[in-house]
Amino acid sequence: MMTINLIILPVLLQFSLAILLLFFWRRIFTQKIISIAGSILSIVVSASLFSAVYDGEILTMQAGNWGPPFGITFVADTFSATMVLLASISAAAVTVFSSVTIKRARMKFGYFPSFHFLVMGLNGAFLTGDIFNLYVWFEVIIISSFVFITLGGKKVQIEGAVKYFTLNFLASMIFLTAIAVLYGLAGSLNMADLAGKIKTIQNQGLVQVTAILFLVGFGIKSAMFPLYFWLPDSYHTPQAAISSIFAGLLTKVGIYALLRVFSLIFIPDAFMKSLIVILAAMTLISGGLGAVVQTNMRKMFSYLIVCHIGYMIGGLGMFTVAALSGAVFYLIHDIIIKTNLFLVGGLVYKISGELNMKRMGGIYANYPLLSLLIAVPLFSLIGVPPLSGFWPKINLFSESFTTANYFLLGSFIFGSIITLSVLARFWSEAFWKKWEHPVRKPHIRYYDQMPQSERAMLIIPILFLSFISLYMGLGAENIFRLSNQIASELIDTSAYINAVLGSVTTNVTP
Amino acid sequence: MKHLTFRTAASFLLPLLLLFSVFILLRGHYLPGGGFVGGIIASIAFVLHAFAFGLGQTRKLLRIRPMGLMPVGLALAVFAAVLPLFQGLPLLTGLWLSKPIPVIGLVGNALLFDLGVYIVVLGVALTIIFSISEAV
Amino acid sequence: MEIILAVIVGLLYASGIYLMLRRSLVKLVVGLVLLGNGVNLLIFLLGGLVRGKPPLIPDTATYLGQVYADPVPQALILTAIVISFGLQSFAIVLIKRTYVVVNTDDMDQIHSTEEDDDY
Repeated sequence: MMTINLIILPVLLQFSLAILLLFFWRRIFTQKIISIAGSILSIVVSASLFSAVYDGEILTMQAGNWGPPFGITFVADTFSATMVLLASISAAAVTVFSSVTIKRARMKFGYFPSFHFLVMGLNGAFLTGDIFNLYVWFEVIIISSFVFITLGGKKVQIEGAVKYFTLNFLASMIFLTAIAVLYGLAGSLNMADLAGKIKTIQNQGLVQVTAILFLVGFGIKSAMFPLYFWLPDSYHTPQAAISSIFAGLLTKVGIYALLRVFSLIFIPDAFMKSLIVILAAMTLISGGLGAVVQTNMRKMFSYLIVCHIGYMIGGLGMFTVAALSGAVFYLIHDIIIKTNLFLVGGLVYKISGELNMKRMGGIYANYPLLSLLIAVPLFSLIGVPPLSGFWPKINLFSESFTTANYFLLGSFIFGSIITLSVLARFWSEAFWKKWEHPVRKPHIRYYDQMPQSERAMLIIPILFLSFISLYMGLGAENIFRLSNQIASELIDTSAYINAVLGSVTTNVTP
Repeated sequence: MKHLTFRTAASFLLPLLLLFSVFILLRGHYLPGGGFVGGIIASIAFVLHAFAFGLGQTRKLLRIRPMGLMPVGLALAVFAAVLPLFQGLPLLTGLWLSKPIPVIGLVGNALLFDLGVYIVVLGVALTIIFSISEAV
Repeated sequence: MEIILAVIVGLLYASGIYLMLRRSLVKLVVGLVLLGNGVNLLIFLLGGLVRGKPPLIPDTATYLGQVYADPVPQALILTAIVISFGLQSFAIVLIKRTYVVVNTDDMDQIHSTEEDDDY
């Protein structure tokens, strides 16, 4: 029984957790316990799914026992299982962190149930093999994120929420339009089935238009160059734990969808490749320039998200095995590191009580060991060898050189230098500088006022994620083996298609 | 709004609409209808009552908070969805009793799923409408 | 019939996007509703309009004939309607909340990104 349904178990577990938490609507303490225990259980479940597909086997499940391509298919190949595992790791870290940082009043408005609905949506989006079902999971994700972005109802939050809502709604509508056109063209929604059918369509011009519609729809969600303006205007408004799950996973699910759709259904031609490469370069440059001018810690981090999206899209644009491997490695690294970066931001805020870097200072003098811990994710993000950010960049840099995308190579280097300078400024302002005028604000609960147990709840998630980053850096050959396997599966999709469709002939006229 | 005709009509319409919503729920598998539409009709019944007698009366009539319906319905739907797992079948596979039950017809886990949807939709719609009209 | 529907879809998209570009929040939400309906109608239209041919396999055959009314677009539209029902009710609550907090209906007034000390 478990072999077929192991695929859906990560989704089902999160769903059951969310329902269970809804029954304990007012009992905050019970909610915390269930949420943390459930998140740890979900790591176990997704790890077992990962180990089941790691040797290259592809699991499929037909919901409702309908034969493919008519039913909704769930597929777990190496790529999706890896993403599910990373999502559950990040989510577990964030649940622990949020159990002390989120305000009680906000927890009473259903913080934990919404959190598990969000993770359920993420898992579903990673595991589905049906393009309309992907849309449904995207909606599950954004509806839960709307709850998060408005939780608290402050002026700046509501204003951020209006922008966030409008542009995400627009992205969903463009995505749905693309699905409508695709269904009209090919008469199928199963992604593996579409991969075969799309080649036989006469009107290839319309196929290109559909591809661009998908690019725009996913581009808004993943904060690509001309479409990212909602992100820096809204990601800094919610509390630290919430922005860290947004930063780590919400834009990355857009990247996942781009990688999946553009490797399986719309295989990029020369025009598409150069378009994506240019967009990636512009994302790197504009996101980087945005980060430089910010003095607000959270806005600076938000621009860094945009900047680093460019690495992954650039890897997709070059579309070779090595480049895709680099992009996938970067994606794996980025999910963990961006979650950790925003958790670090939350911790720095708890210590200093300030968001503006100019008014921070003296953290290194007061907390030397803690600063050392925080240095690990920051250095990984910059890409100091041998930490995790360094390895994918080797692939991306060399591949952009061999495919003669020199402009992209230049912007890759530009992005790295910008990241270095921005984080160096953050380090020197917040950690090394002497704290000029320490102001104590009465309404903030500072780090040094917390009991030991609460401090541990802040440190453990950061320690856990830093440890994983360290493993990715020092054990890079394992991650490279994984990302190479994923990249070759993305280029050669026959195994995926065979696993989904099997021997079923789909020659029924649409 | 609180005209005598309307109030009298509303007090008769509430049970009628609820009955109709159950009818729509039950015929849903092969004919137009189902959990979503049924839930919407049931919530309309309560909204009509709230228009006629005020929110406080409707809340008293309902006894439970509409928010509390959501987890119950969701749990029912998930239970119906995972039932096939125990027989080694994929999620959401339709399981049917061998003999039809009089009046209702052939019963399977699809009905249980629809019942869950009905309860969730009722809870969600009432929560949304009540909270909007309370805030005005 | 296709021509009429295509024109309606175009009108819904155009008016939806036009309203979204206005400065008023209420018009924004009305625009979103229109756009959502336009997309639903587009799915219906592109699924192919067939009248009076239900997708039932006759006893004498093992698969469907050449032309039948496709049930999939209806399922897609139903799902999309339920989702946009949720999104639109959220939007209404959001603009109401925005009006209470920001005290304006004008999108140009919504630009404060200054900090508040509540992370």
